[in-house]
Amino acid sequence: MLGYIIRRLIGIIPLLFGITVVSFAIIHLAPGEPTAMQELMSPRITYEARARLMELYELDKPLHTRYIRWLSRIIRMDLGTSITDGRRVVDKIVERLPVTLALNILAMFFILVVSIPLGIKAAARPDSLFDKTTTIAVFIGFALPAFWIALLLMQFFSIRLGWLPVSGIKSLDFEYFSWPKKILDLGWHFILPVFVSALGGLAAFSRYVRQNMLSALAQPYIVTAKAKGLSRRDVLYRHAFPNAILPLVTILGLSVPGLLGGSIIFESIFALPGLGQLFYTAVMMRDYNLIMASVILGAVLTMLGNLAADIAYAYADPRIRYR
Amino acid sequence: MKLQGLRFGLSLLAIVFLIFTPYPQANSKDNTAGSAPLEISSRDYGDALVVGSIADARNLVPILASDSASADIVGVVFNGLVKYSPELELVGDLAESWDFRRDCRVIIFRLRKGVRWHDGEPFTAADVEFTYRKLIDPGVMTPYSGDFERVKSFEVLDKYTIRITYKEPFAPGIFSWTMPIMPKHLLENEDLNHTDFGIYPVGTGPYKFKSWRRQEKIELIANPDYFEQRPYIDRYIYRVIPDRATLFLELQAQGVDLTSLSPLQYVRQTDTPFFKKNYRKYSLTSFSYAYLGYNLSLPLFADKRVRQALNYAIDKQEIIDTVLLGLGRVCRGPYLPESWAFNPAVQAAGFNPAKARALLAEAGWHDSNSDGWLDKDGKAFEFTIITNQGNEERIKTAQIIQRRLSDIGIKVRIKVLEWSVFLSEFIDKRQFDAALLGWGLGLEPDNFDIWHSSKTRLGEFNFIGYKNTEVDRLLEQARRTCSQKERKARYQRIHEIIYEEQPYMFLFVPDITAIVHARFQGIEPAPIGIRYNLIDWWVPAVQQRYRIMR
Repeated sequence: MLGYIIRRLIGIIPLLFGITVVSFAIIHLAPGEPTAMQELMSPRITYEARARLMELYELDKPLHTRYIRWLSRIIRMDLGTSITDGRRVVDKIVERLPVTLALNILAMFFILVVSIPLGIKAAARPDSLFDKTTTIAVFIGFALPAFWIALLLMQFFSIRLGWLPVSGIKSLDFEYFSWPKKILDLGWHFILPVFVSALGGLAAFSRYVRQNMLSALAQPYIVTAKAKGLSRRDVLYRHAFPNAILPLVTILGLSVPGLLGGSIIFESIFALPGLGQLFYTAVMMRDYNLIMASVILGAVLTMLGNLAADIAYAYADPRIRYR
Repeated sequence: MKLQGLRFGLSLLAIVFLIFTPYPQANSKDNTAGSAPLEISSRDYGDALVVGSIADARNLVPILASDSASADIVGVVFNGLVKYSPELELVGDLAESWDFRRDCRVIIFRLRKGVRWHDGEPFTAADVEFTYRKLIDPGVMTPYSGDFERVKSFEVLDKYTIRITYKEPFAPGIFSWTMPIMPKHLLENEDLNHTDFGIYPVGTGPYKFKSWRRQEKIELIANPDYFEQRPYIDRYIYRVIPDRATLFLELQAQGVDLTSLSPLQYVRQTDTPFFKKNYRKYSLTSFSYAYLGYNLSLPLFADKRVRQALNYAIDKQEIIDTVLLGLGRVCRGPYLPESWAFNPAVQAAGFNPAKARALLAEAGWHDSNSDGWLDKDGKAFEFTIITNQGNEERIKTAQIIQRRLSDIGIKVRIKVLEWSVFLSEFIDKRQFDAALLGWGLGLEPDNFDIWHSSKTRLGEFNFIGYKNTEVDRLLEQARRTCSQKERKARYQRIHEIIYEEQPYMFLFVPDITAIVHARFQGIEPAPIGIRYNLIDWWVPAVQQRYRIMR
C-alpha cells in the first residue's frame, strides 16, 4: 500500500510538468497583454511608460526563456509576484483561502446532511409521493440560476424582512466585536451564501444516494436481512446504507479541488472576498504568475483528490487492494 | 479666502471617477431632500461615510495606481503640490505658491510649512524630490513617467523651495504636479514595485489609512492634524460590492452611503418614496467623451465628405436619450464645454440623413446595383465597428449607429472584444475599421498625444492615424506658449479643424451620477463635482449611524 502511494506521488511529477508546459504556453500565447489602461482611456499613460512596463514584466523576452525562468522559480517553491501590486502570489492566495474554503465546506456539509436522508427515504419507497416531490424540488433547485435566486432571497430576507445582511462576510464594525459576537456575525453573513451555493448540489447528491440505495436494496443480502426479521430501519441503515455510500467516497474525493474553486458569479453577488474573484481578475489583467498559480493549485488538488479517493476506496472496501 | 477641498492630486488618473461636476439644471431638479442651510458652528463630528464600489483598489502606491478605485483612496490619503479649485482653477495644495514664468521652462514651488506625514514626520522638499526621482526611475513600474521625463533639472533650493527646469518650454508641465507626493523617509530603502507601502500607505491627506481587507473594504480614519482642518466625518469606508444589483440592494438596506448609479437606476429605480426620503441624487458632468474613431489609413475613410456624411447620419441625441436615458450631452469636439480650450463657435452638425446621402453621392457612393447598399467601383460600403466587452453603453451605441447607417445604405457589423485583446491586438496593431471608445481627460487641454501625427507608433494614442500639418503646428506651439490667451486661440482653432475634418465621430459626454445618503450635510456641488469639500461634510449627532468603539 505504501509503495503504491509513493509510486502514485512520483507519477504526479511528470504529469504536473506536462500540465504546466501546456497551460503556460496557452496562457501566454492567448492574445492580450497586461495593461495599466482603463476602459476609459487616459492619455496620461504614455507610450514610453508602457514600453517600460513591458520590459519590467519581461514580456519582451521569448516564450521559452520566460517558461524556464518561471520553472526555475517554481522548483524553488516560489510562485512569483503579481503584476497588479507586486505582492507575492502566495500571500494573495492565502488571504482568500479561508472564505472560499469555509463556504465550500459548509455548503458540502449542508448538501450531505440534507441529501443523504432525502436519498435514503426516497429509495425506501421508490416512486412514492415523497420520492416524486423531492425529485421535483431538488431539480428545481438545481435549475434555478444562482444569481437570480440569490437576489430574490436578498430582496426578501434582507430588505423586506430585514433579518439577514445583504452582502459581505463581516459587519462594518466587526473589529470592535467581542469573540462570540464575531462568530455570530460570520454565521449570520454565511446563511444565504451557503444555502444558495448548496441548492444546486442537492439534486445530484440526493439522486446519487437514491440510486445507490436502490441497487443495494436489490442485493440478495437484503433479502437475507429481511428474512432474519430485522426491522426496516436496521435493514436500511445498517445493511444497505454502508454499501450504498461507497461510491460517494469517490465523489467526495473528486470534489476536493472544488473546495478551493470559487465561483466568480457567486462571489460577486454576495460580495465575498474569495478565490474566484482573485483568479478571474488575474485572467482579465493577464497577471500570468497568478494565473499559473491557480492552474497548479487546481492540478495538484485534482491529483491528490484522486489519490485520496483511491486510497479511501481501498480502505472502505476490503476487496480492493492496491499493490 | 482659504480654499478647502478634497485632494485632487490624482486627477491625472481616472479623473472622471474623482471629479463630479454638476449638470446645473439636473442638479437643482434632483436635489430631492434639499439641505437647509445650517450654522457652521453647529456642525458635529463623527459618523462614517460608506462608499460603495464595484471594484477593489489594486495598488495604493500613488505613482503606480492606475485604476479608479485606487485613485479614489489615494485622492484622500495623499496630496499633490497643486490641485484644482471647485471652479476648475489650479491652486496650491502642498505648494503654498509657485512661479511658472520665463517661457514656461522653470517652475519654482514654495511649499507649505508645518505639514506632517500621518506618522508625524515633517513634509519637506526632499519628499518631492524623492517622488520625482521615483517617477523617472526606469526600474519603477509607473505609467506616468511621460511628463516628468521632460524635466531637465530638479533642484532643492532649501527645505521648502524647489526649482524645476524643463528641457524646453512645456506649458502643461504645471498640471503634472497634481501627482501625489510620497514620503521619502518610509520609502527610501524600498523597492517600490514590491513594497508593503502599497498595503499600508502613509500620506499627508485628510484621511489616514487604517486597514484593507482585500475585495471587502478599505477603512480610513480622519486625520486630526490635517493642514486645512480636521474632517468632520470620522471614518471613510470603501466597501467593495462587485455586483451592481447587490450594490443597489445595499442602498435599499442603507448599508452604503455614496455610490454611482446606472442611468436606469438613476432615472427609474431610485424614483421611489424610499429613495426620495433617504438619499439625494446628483447628476454631474464627467470629463470624458465617447467617440467612434475611423482608421484613416483605410481608403474607405480617406474622403472627408464620407466622414462628414457619417456624422450627419447619426442622431447623437437619440443615443443619449435611449442609451443614457438623457444623462449626457452631445459631444461637440475634442474639448469639453467646461474647458477654457473649448470653442463655442463650433456648432454640432445635427442629424440630417438627406445631407448625409448627398455628401456620399458627391463622394461617389451610389446604390448602382439597387441592392439597398451603397457601392463604389463595384464594392459595397461596409465596415466593422469594434468595441470592448462589458460596457453596455458602448455596445448599445454601436447598435444604434449600425441601424442609422443601414438607413442610408451602409452595412455595419459589430464586433465586441475583451478589453486586453481589444487594446493589444486591434487598437495597438491598427487592425480595425472603426472603434467605439472613450477618453477620460484631465482639465489641462493639451491633447498632443491624441492628435499629433508623430504619435502614431505601435501602442501610441493617435491610433487612427490622423495627420494635419496645421494641427501639428498648433499643438506644438500651444505647448510652448505660456500665455493662456495665446494657447486658447490655438486650441480653439484645433477644435474647429478637427470637428470639420471628423477623424472621430464625436458622440456624447456622459454624466456621472452620484447618490448620497440624506443625513450628510454640507455638500455643495461646484463645477468640479461634489467631493472636493469632503472635509466639510458632516452629520448631525442624532442622525449618526456609525460610532467608533475604542
